[in-house]
Amino acid sequence: MTALDQLFVKVRAENRAALIAYIPAGFPSQAGCHRVIAAFIAGGVDAIEIGYPYSDPVMDGPTIQAAAVTSLENGTGAQEVLAALKVASASVPAVVMTYWNPIERFGVTGFAAAIAENGGSGVITPDLTIEESTGWIDATDDSAINPIYVVAPSTKDARLAQVTSKCGGFVYAASLMGVTGARATVSTGAADLVARVRKVTDLPIAVGLGVSTREQAKGVAAYADGVIVGSAFIKAMQDAPSEEAGLAAVTELARELAKGVREGR
Amino acid sequence: MSTSSREDLSAILGHFGPYGGRFVPEALIGALEELEEAHRISQSDPTFLAELAELHRTYTGRPSIITEAKRFAEHAGGARIILKREDLNHTGSHKINNVLGQALLTKRMGKKRIIAETGAGQHGVASATAAALMGLECVVYMGEEDTKRQSLNVARMKLLGAEVIPVTSGSRTLKDAINEAMRDWVTNVETTHYMLGTVAGPHPFPTMVRDFHKIIGEETREQVLALTGRLPDAVLACVGGGSNAIGIFHRFISDPSVRLIGLEAGGDGVETGRHAATITGGTPGVLHGTRSYVLQDENGQTVESHSISAGLDYPGVGPEHAYLHDIGRAEYRAITDAQAMHAFALLSKTEGIIPAIETAHALAGAMQVGNELGKDAIIVINLSGRGDKDVQTAASYFGIPLD
Repeated sequence: MTALDQLFVKVRAENRAALIAYIPAGFPSQAGCHRVIAAFIAGGVDAIEIGYPYSDPVMDGPTIQAAAVTSLENGTGAQEVLAALKVASASVPAVVMTYWNPIERFGVTGFAAAIAENGGSGVITPDLTIEESTGWIDATDDSAINPIYVVAPSTKDARLAQVTSKCGGFVYAASLMGVTGARATVSTGAADLVARVRKVTDLPIAVGLGVSTREQAKGVAAYADGVIVGSAFIKAMQDAPSEEAGLAAVTELARELAKGVREGR
Repeated sequence: MSTSSREDLSAILGHFGPYGGRFVPEALIGALEELEEAHRISQSDPTFLAELAELHRTYTGRPSIITEAKRFAEHAGGARIILKREDLNHTGSHKINNVLGQALLTKRMGKKRIIAETGAGQHGVASATAAALMGLECVVYMGEEDTKRQSLNVARMKLLGAEVIPVTSGSRTLKDAINEAMRDWVTNVETTHYMLGTVAGPHPFPTMVRDFHKIIGEETREQVLALTGRLPDAVLACVGGGSNAIGIFHRFISDPSVRLIGLEAGGDGVETGRHAATITGGTPGVLHGTRSYVLQDENGQTVESHSISAGLDYPGVGPEHAYLHDIGRAEYRAITDAQAMHAFALLSKTEGIIPAIETAHALAGAMQVGNELGKDAIIVINLSGRGDKDVQTAASYFGIPLD
């Protein structure tokens, strides 16, 4: 059982959803990312996703694209991602979220092993299809980490069963058809998708894409096991007049969202 | 039977050895399966095939002719040089073959909106043309850098009724236009078909786009046999994503005596790092939904490509080319900007044909191969596009004042 698996056992016992926060490694700088992680923890997040910045982020909206550019300019590579993972996993369950090519370039078996060595619970791979996953499933099994897949509102029921059967830790349910980024309202499609996923798996289900406020977190927590927030934290850092102010805003936002995930039921 | 009901999921179609496949967000799987099915059915549907053939006869201008380039041949070791004239197709390049096929499929799938990426603008113009012909809404994503290099084609697309969106992210070229098109597609997949312009991307694109272009090689083989009485010694084509090359190569793959040679964009020279020669200078990896050769760094980040030719300025290449390279069936060489521009000028002055700068890479390759094989050889070049769009770039390169 990974630390992430244990977290979901705990939040289910507490009858609430988990708050999962996303930050790319190397944003706003290598040390700055470590300070954001501390701000997350001070604000009470339950788990952290460390993003591996990628040159061609086809699933990301402008906010995360801009953060990835900054991070790559800061020289972020596999070692910096693993260093951030180690910092996060010392306090809360932590995973890496990455497009597939950096894993393939690093070496599939070695990457899974490095995640485990740095205290990581798993890896979210949004552009890895189950058809291309044979080597990856073996590698994550060997390293005892969770392979986490993303499903979408357009995913048909039969395929939901296939994808979730390969999945560990939690199922990442993308709330809408589109790229990452804060939205005024969380798509109503999310609740329908979570209900469809429930029919095919007992795994926890976390909802991502578009959540940025306590009210939205509360709404999602009513039906999901986890609430994933990314762009809103990055925007808080980008919009702040100084890093110090940004970190304070991140902690404050995390506190609000942490209340939200406890108010949903 | 849909792929999702197969027991062995790894046996999904669309692999070329270790290359190809499908590396995309789950949100797109349904659309790719729908497209795969529509394409599969259409390939054995006499109504579809007749409709496409009629369009090619009455609209594209197929079959395209072949032209023997006798004066140019003097600069290519005296070998017989035969040009397959895809430049004479409607819209000025081979790209029309693919877009008419995909536009017919779009209508069959009941979608009303198409999106496309473009580098040089040839695929964007072709897509806008097909959309106008068939009454579809068309949005073309084009790197901001390319909208400047190819402003004439931007105007053409707008005249054809398409919306052109300049892409300002990343290197502002073809790769970033594809990123932006994929973001649009993920968001609007229910109503929108992504009319990908080359033999790359997730399955079924590499196979489907090849199937729409293989007519080039089928015609060429018959025409060359009729003209010369034998098969050619070599077939050459430029390779960016690789659609015109796969189109002319495919019918010849089962003719072992015919050498297949792809010419990549060597930019300032592969050794300088400023190039777009993906097979010559890249390594296996995943980009834009498919596994193939990629220009990438040690962390798997895509490295920006460089070429005087916007249409070849892409850090990836179609997976079937990667496979043909690895099994030794096709050869790939890099041609520098300077070599390509020399061949561009030479064909213009010796044959009265101004080629696209993309195509000029294949012509420069023919000059090398002709000298290697000598005067008894027969060399076929896919003259994939005409150079009207490149007049500004060429004038600037050769110092011809424009006022």
